[in-house]
Amino acid sequence: MKNGKQLRIMALPALVWLGALFLLPMLMIVALSFMQRGTYGQIVYQFTLKNYARIIDPLYVQIFFDTFFVAVLTTVISLVCAYPLAYYISRMQRSAQQIWLLLVMIPFWINFLVRSYAWVIILRSQGVINSFLLSIGVIQEPLPLLYNFGSVMVGMVYTLLPFMVLPIYVSLEQMDRRKLEAAYDLGATPWKAFWHVTLPLTKSGVMTGSILVFVSSIGMFVVPDVMGGAKSALMGNVIQNQFLSARDWPFGSALSIVLMLLSMLLIFLYYRASQAREAKEGTA
Amino acid sequence: MKALRHRTLSGYSWLMLVFLYLPIAVLMLYSFNESRINAVWSGFTWKWYLSLFDNRQVMNALWNSLSIALVSSVIATVLGTAASLAMKHYTQRWRTLFNGLTYLPIVIPEIMMGLSLLVLFSQMHIELGKMTLVMAHVTFSLPFVMVIINTRLADMGKDLEEAAQDLGATAWETLRHVTLPLITPSIIAGFLMSFTLSLDDFIISFFVAGPNSTTLPLYIYGLVKRGVSPEVNALSTLLIVSTVLLVIIAELFRRKDSKSLTI
Repeated sequence: MKNGKQLRIMALPALVWLGALFLLPMLMIVALSFMQRGTYGQIVYQFTLKNYARIIDPLYVQIFFDTFFVAVLTTVISLVCAYPLAYYISRMQRSAQQIWLLLVMIPFWINFLVRSYAWVIILRSQGVINSFLLSIGVIQEPLPLLYNFGSVMVGMVYTLLPFMVLPIYVSLEQMDRRKLEAAYDLGATPWKAFWHVTLPLTKSGVMTGSILVFVSSIGMFVVPDVMGGAKSALMGNVIQNQFLSARDWPFGSALSIVLMLLSMLLIFLYYRASQAREAKEGTA
Repeated sequence: MKALRHRTLSGYSWLMLVFLYLPIAVLMLYSFNESRINAVWSGFTWKWYLSLFDNRQVMNALWNSLSIALVSSVIATVLGTAASLAMKHYTQRWRTLFNGLTYLPIVIPEIMMGLSLLVLFSQMHIELGKMTLVMAHVTFSLPFVMVIINTRLADMGKDLEEAAQDLGATAWETLRHVTLPLITPSIIAGFLMSFTLSLDDFIISFFVAGPNSTTLPLYIYGLVKRGVSPEVNALSTLLIVSTVLLVIIAELFRRKDSKSLTI
């Protein structure tokens, strides 16, 4: 567009803002992870690798492992729960689709601290489920429903599910339905058509949703904090602790960088694997 | 066979809706429960809501939340709108780079942004408080505003702008009289979105709030950690109701926008 060049200046404030308050702090975390912690929690500006060396401690390796296990499990369960729902929505009439999408998205907008707390009311020992079961005499003692691995998983899936539904819905919506008809014409059963046509064609939605859910669960500390009790500390809780209680910022920075690098690596591998699978199917 | 499968799928989807809404409904219901012990229903009461309004800490947190949300969403909307409008005048390479910088904050775990800002503020000796909260909230809402407006600008095409230019309008005039009016609904949607994001944020605020700048989510966290008081239910219910209203209003604006596209 002619004369458009003078308009470029309008991007400057946002660029400067993101540079100063997003890029710069990220770089500072990287730098900080190579510094030392003083006796009183202050930062000693001296290069060291010992923060990274400390991460190899079995304690932290175990917590990394737990964190990734929870994240992968959350992603898989969310995918299994979300796909049929997204599929159902995509087959509705346009106006009904809009309403259902809004219904799925509204909980996503509600503060997830509040949503986790809602589960506490339901699951705790004097909670809704236990009170009900006690009152009808099915159980004599309250069941331990809260503060365990199961309750953390329920909270994680509950919080992150909308992240999975939306991208899958979008790719189902954009899918070329003629390919499905072609599969039926060639005699495919509905299940085969779904497995060999619909699912591969909506892979990008599955991928986007999985990455969104995975990334969000990797850094999660609120759900384990509110619903998991002290037992289920994930990496997010440990990092939060290093920053706010233990006051070891260099070590906390190193932990968060390793966490981020590992999750990026996993996403990259996942991406590569699905690309490779696609290439193989293309030649078959 | 096909009908049966459709029924299964429909039943399943309704069940998922129940799963999504049941906890929220239970929470809201118990905010009207007379009893201090949540699970036993002992009669309807407004008293938890009334005691909220007498609670100075709550009112203070509410005021903090609202003022921070208002200021930060105004800044984010102005910066984001300006940047989105300017972006198409850059060359492809710069645009890609800028887009990367814009989308990165969305995909990076929130805890990373929170603690990196904490490090920045402490190294710069900026005291934690409402100002640091505003700065943090603008940083995470700005990308969302830009995404909303970028999408709208991409859908809009260039016809009208080119027509204006052919009729002799300068770039600024085109912007003011053609482009801006066309994207106003998106700007409002972006504003409402960043207002909601700000009102709702817990993780990032957790790291950059000072002792005197507690927001509503931070206050709720304190209550949840200290043990259950029925006031949490009432406060959470108010937060839920206002969030839902905001989302519906934003959605109405967005739809109005997509309708005006088809004309």
